[in-house]
Amino acid sequence: MTHSKLYSAIFAAGITFVLACLMIGIKLDTDGTQLAIKGATTAQWFWILGGIAVVFFSQLFSRQIDGMFSHLPKPQLGKLIPAQAKSDAMKPWLIAGAIVILLVWPFMVSRGSVDLATLTLIYIMLGLGLNIVVGLAGLLDLGFVAFYAVGAYTYALLSLYFGFSFWICLPLSAALAALFGFILGFPVLRLRGDYLAIVTLGFGEIIRILLNNWTDVTGGPSGISGIAKPTLFGLEFTRKVKTEGATTFHSFFDISYSSSYKVIFLYMIAVLLVLFLIYLINRLIRMPIGRAWEALREDEIACRSLGLNRTAIKLSAFTIGASTAGFAGCFFAARQGFISPESFIFIESAIILAIVVLGGMGSQVGVILAAIIMTILPELAREFSEYRMLLFGLLMVVMMRWRPEGLLPMKRPQLELNKQ
Amino acid sequence: MSQLLLDVNDLTMRFGGLVAVNGVSLKVKDKQIVSVIGPNGAGKTTVFNCLSGFYIPTEGSVMLRSEQIAGLKDFQISRRGLVRTFQHVRLFSKMTVIENMLVAQHRHLNTNLLSGLFKTPNYRRREGEAMDRAAHWLEEVGLLEFANREAGNLSYGQQRRLEIARCMVTQPELLMLDEPAAGLNPNETKELDELIIKLRDVHDISILLIEHDMGLVMGISDHIYVIAQGTPLANGLPDEIKNNPDVIKAYLGEE
Amino acid sequence: MSEFSLYLLQQLINGLTIGSTYALIAIGYTMVYGIIGMINFAHGEIYMIGSYVTFIVIAGLLGMGMVSLPIILIIALVIAIFIASTYGWTVERVAYRPLRGSNRLIPLISAIGMSIFLQNFVVLAQGARDVALPPQITGGWSFGDASSFEVSISYMQMMIFAATFITMTVLTLFISRSRMGRACRACSEDLGMTNLLGIDTNKIIALTFIIGAALAAVAGLLLGLYYGVINPFVGFIAGLKAFTAAVLGGIGSIPGAVLGGLLLGVTEAMTAAFFPAEYKDVVAFGLLVLILLVRPSGLLGKPEVEKV
Repeated sequence: MTHSKLYSAIFAAGITFVLACLMIGIKLDTDGTQLAIKGATTAQWFWILGGIAVVFFSQLFSRQIDGMFSHLPKPQLGKLIPAQAKSDAMKPWLIAGAIVILLVWPFMVSRGSVDLATLTLIYIMLGLGLNIVVGLAGLLDLGFVAFYAVGAYTYALLSLYFGFSFWICLPLSAALAALFGFILGFPVLRLRGDYLAIVTLGFGEIIRILLNNWTDVTGGPSGISGIAKPTLFGLEFTRKVKTEGATTFHSFFDISYSSSYKVIFLYMIAVLLVLFLIYLINRLIRMPIGRAWEALREDEIACRSLGLNRTAIKLSAFTIGASTAGFAGCFFAARQGFISPESFIFIESAIILAIVVLGGMGSQVGVILAAIIMTILPELAREFSEYRMLLFGLLMVVMMRWRPEGLLPMKRPQLELNKQ
Repeated sequence: MSQLLLDVNDLTMRFGGLVAVNGVSLKVKDKQIVSVIGPNGAGKTTVFNCLSGFYIPTEGSVMLRSEQIAGLKDFQISRRGLVRTFQHVRLFSKMTVIENMLVAQHRHLNTNLLSGLFKTPNYRRREGEAMDRAAHWLEEVGLLEFANREAGNLSYGQQRRLEIARCMVTQPELLMLDEPAAGLNPNETKELDELIIKLRDVHDISILLIEHDMGLVMGISDHIYVIAQGTPLANGLPDEIKNNPDVIKAYLGEE
Repeated sequence: MSEFSLYLLQQLINGLTIGSTYALIAIGYTMVYGIIGMINFAHGEIYMIGSYVTFIVIAGLLGMGMVSLPIILIIALVIAIFIASTYGWTVERVAYRPLRGSNRLIPLISAIGMSIFLQNFVVLAQGARDVALPPQITGGWSFGDASSFEVSISYMQMMIFAATFITMTVLTLFISRSRMGRACRACSEDLGMTNLLGIDTNKIIALTFIIGAALAAVAGLLLGLYYGVINPFVGFIAGLKAFTAAVLGGIGSIPGAVLGGLLLGVTEAMTAAFFPAEYKDVVAFGLLVLILLVRPSGLLGKPEVEKV
């Protein structure tokens, strides 16, 4: 018993040594035109030894560690959220309070913070969108960023070539992304889940390659710059009027120009979009279609035997998810004023997936929380930024092992029968 | 004379070289309980899978109210009024009982996205009707008091009944039950027996049944088909089947 | 022959070269899928690690003054296979085994996490930039008219064909003759049943990951030497291609993976003959979607029978 534990710990440590010593211990280097190798620094060797020690002990005490994780009180984090079911009467007040804070807060902090908050809101939009696909309908989409790109480029191109405004492009972007989702989903959703994962992964790459190479239209790798900012009923947030006959925000209200108005305005739009999405998704999960998504995730065969068309139902989740990404993409393009294929690489899809996984598949509050963690943490710990993706990968493995339901497991809105 | 509801002719299903079902024919008339029996591995469930569209039969015709349904997709067949249960209960176990009943009515609901988002009167009315229908059938199978329970928390017998109620709420013409008495105690089997008869006599439904419990089959069937090794062996009234030497041999030879 | 048909012949040779390495990687996907019914998402990274190990060993041995190329290559091959197999085994042990029996989505996500982790692990350990190895195997054999178009087969390409052929033969023999191979086939027929018969299926699953990783390492060595340039991101696209090859041939079928790999390689080379080279990835992907649309079970795969 303890012997086999010790044996497996030594074995694991040995494996770690093999894995680490060649990849970390020896580094490829160029010596003139020749390829050479050099050994790791002492510090790196210490890291390797440390890693081996960690593996050794975690294997030795694996049972205790497993036990520790499974004994962690599960809904622990749920308590941080002001009682959901307990006080339905309080709920509108809480929501109202949260909205007021969201709206007042930006006026009291620095421009940088507001900007970061806007970025976080974009990730919340993306997380909520992917959550429909992965969390609710159980479809693994690894190319979510492709729809984000479609949305962003829709706005950028329409604005560049035809001078369409942000507000017109917002629904157009969502619609076009949905169309792409529909076209892609149609052949693939009939098949097993893994195919969808890999096809969406490929699709993400293809969109990026097309954007990179269709230089005449998309500007290729150098992207599109000077994308028009959103306006408030035609009021511009620039120092000087850009379009003929328009007015700027500060001259209309007769206040002095400040660049933070624009930042706050963008933030407000993001808040508005996020609130809209939350409302939308909250309605969807209470509607027949939302119930069908969940039923399909639970038992596909039973669904089919009851006359549910699984392809149509999956397609609806996939398409609605894609349209949210298009939505977010349109806003992203407007906020940045510049987009290039660089912003739409696979890593972005992986980050969004990590948000959904960390937050708790299906759980909206969880996803919002995870999006905040995932965007704020890297900002706080800049010196670790190169480890960011490594940790994301590790996090996904660890979460699936010990807490596949995420930080804040989904609380299903259960429909109840009122007995007369 | 009652109308012919389901007419299956020469149904054959091959998987590669294996012939799982070979030339099975059967008829179900309105308001009839028809049973398919046979030793284990005789291909009964495969017949069900062919009829309900999970498999596309290699040969043969399946007519439902003189419409060819062989080759249609599973969901299209169930929309035409032929629904089934499964040998191993398939409920949406994390959803409540009432939600299980609502999912089953998906196609009867107003699934228009916009009307749902804005809760239009039509949408509310349809949802309300669906609730009523669900409550009605839960009452019929005696599960109304458990409506807000998670389906996975019901007892096995209750889960079986919920599965039947969930089929009934789709308003079928033919209900196919795949070993509904498997795993039930004698008391629960008796309740099931009464329920099936009530479905036929009160709700005018036809039932096609696969069952091992001979007591149940002989007691309620209007007609019985026997299959052995994928091929039809005999068919007739319960009394005829009971005394058929071929059937006895097939069973004794197997068990 | 006309200049144009010679050009096409050249593309065909190039396509078969790349295609045979796709086939090697695709076998890893197909074997794992055949047994546990899941895609090994980290497989592309294993291939990438195989390339890195090859480069490290070759650079090290050259630096130590070793001159005999065959010996260098054999040592590199052995070490690459060993290290990559260890990685393959670890992936199974960490990302798949603890999650056996849970919802399908869960091991899938865990494997994607593993893939991201491995990729960034190599970025951190070896740097994100390209690493170039000067050509080791030079020269070749050519025919055709030197004045118009000359078709050439380099020794490197010949080596790729030979190595692929030998690897495939060894694999086929292993699967059809050895006890372990028989157990593998039994597992892919019915995992649960094989388990009941007293075969340690965990061991067989681990073995499948190891074999897949070893083949990926061979491909890593061959393609690394062929292109002469690697970076930590080569596994991503190679994995995608090899998966396409596996689906094209019919996932679960080893001959299918070989056929799919060769077909994909040729298709890409032919595309590159007529369109800008960047679009060959688009065509490969288009092919994947087309196959899924028309014949989801692939060219040689068996159609799946659902168990109701």
